[in-house]
Amino acid sequence: MSDQIPTTTSAAETMTGAAGADAAVEVRGLNKQFQTASGIVHALEGIDLTVEAGEFVSLIGPSGCGKSTLMRLIADLDVPTSGELTVFGKTATQARLDQDYGIAFQQAGLLPWRTVAANVALPLELHGVASAARRTRVADLLEMVGLTEFADRFPDQLSGGMQQRVAIARSLAEQPRLLLMDEPFGALDEMTREKMQTDLVRIAADTGAAVVFVTHSIPEAVFLSDRVVVMSPRPGRISDIIPMRLDAAEGREERDDDLREASSFFEMVTEVREALHGGASDGENPAPRAARGVDTR
Amino acid sequence: MTTNTTANAIIGAGTGATRSKDWSPRTESILRVVAPVTLGIIVLAIWQFLVTVGGVSDYLLPSPTSIMAELVAYWPAVVSATVLTGTNSLLGLLVGSLLGIILAAVAARWRIADQMSAPIIAALAVVPIVALAPVLNSMFGADSQFGRQAIAAIASFVPIFINTLRGFRQTRPVHRDLMKAYAASSGQMLRSLTLPTARPFILTGIRIASSLAVISALVAEYFGGPRGGLGSLIATSAASSAYSRAWAYVGASIALGLLFYLATLALERLVLRRVPTGGSR
Repeated sequence: MSDQIPTTTSAAETMTGAAGADAAVEVRGLNKQFQTASGIVHALEGIDLTVEAGEFVSLIGPSGCGKSTLMRLIADLDVPTSGELTVFGKTATQARLDQDYGIAFQQAGLLPWRTVAANVALPLELHGVASAARRTRVADLLEMVGLTEFADRFPDQLSGGMQQRVAIARSLAEQPRLLLMDEPFGALDEMTREKMQTDLVRIAADTGAAVVFVTHSIPEAVFLSDRVVVMSPRPGRISDIIPMRLDAAEGREERDDDLREASSFFEMVTEVREALHGGASDGENPAPRAARGVDTR
Repeated sequence: MTTNTTANAIIGAGTGATRSKDWSPRTESILRVVAPVTLGIIVLAIWQFLVTVGGVSDYLLPSPTSIMAELVAYWPAVVSATVLTGTNSLLGLLVGSLLGIILAAVAARWRIADQMSAPIIAALAVVPIVALAPVLNSMFGADSQFGRQAIAAIASFVPIFINTLRGFRQTRPVHRDLMKAYAASSGQMLRSLTLPTARPFILTGIRIASSLAVISALVAEYFGGPRGGLGSLIATSAASSAYSRAWAYVGASIALGLLFYLATLALERLVLRRVPTGGSR
């Protein structure tokens, strides 16, 4: 995990990115069906997607479009029905066993009997990191999420936002090259949410990690991402992949609160919204997109 | 912010007092001790009055003072009997707890083990365990305490097994996903997630089992085996019409049962106060 990944990968570069072996996530013709009492549910159908190393990709769509399912398949928490899925050129299972990704869920999922510090240390502990190294790393992580003075508190003494920051610190504990996040800010109030988004952009840029970020907030997706993957439900499909062209942000570390008020930001928000509602935005988009989903229109 | 409600609910069942608006917390905490003590004294006074003045035969219902006198007179015998029965109960409780927790872990891990053991557990739960006493006593000989300890162990095993198994099934999906994402081994899963989640349930099981262990160890003594325990002394005193002495041993049995209950309640509170059990999101 020592090799450094380039921290900036602009949208223009990733658009042409052919499926290299070092892509963070490579998905080809992926299907996922669930067997339920009322029959087979097609959660995902014909998903094609490439996430380059260091790229920030958001999955957005209405409830039931399979965005969380797609993330769980990448994390090897569920098994696809058919199709190909590789993470850093390996099978999803191997990537999980090799701890190639860090993960954060909508619920913080902290262990309530462990202190904040012990929660962040959990993955390090499970993977046999020596206790001295563990302590240093945990201290660094808590400082990064601004919770140093809460290290010895228990999760139930923290607010929801703070718990979520602990969960994010935990997901970064082993400096993963890929971060999987399933609506991690979904339960937070708007103020905390914006702060966490700004922090996440900074952290992702600092660590050079690729991020797959599930959300149903359009501004959140636009603010964070290099590309936004728009999905539609029943069956879950990728209906559009929109590269973000935000003038203010050449590299991700440039993104700050000013961007939220830039006109390019609102243009992108509009574009994503139209794609979500099935509006025609074809003509506006730059033509060839390598990792284009199945077009349902 | 949610707090550790599960733990509070479990402990709360023990204290149970609801707060009145009329009294200050200080008055209330004093009352909580004073009220039951007063009631006890009143009951003892009425009892004493009925026997000495009211004409109830002292032979049928010994007065509190004569019971106290017997207790003092036979103090060494009472102490040694309490220690003997207490040791049997404690050994039974310890063995029953260990077996209960280990077998619940096995049943939680392998579904087939759960399905195989379910009818046996159900049978153990409904059969009066002391019914085994005569059988075990003759199996292990008349001078062995083993039969009584085994009965205490079987009696405490059931609630601990059932509670622990329930506790093992309380792990939340997000925590299981997390451990899977970390590629945790099944041993790590047990140590880091399943056991801590089940901890309040295990402790509740032990608290319930503690009283059962004392009761069954004591009652098992009624069915033969070596003399000397509280149960056998109650039986022999009653048989020789020494009712005051029998009552003195009954008093010691109550004290022993309370001691076990309070000790396990204290253990439960101590562990759960130091370590929160719920409330994270």
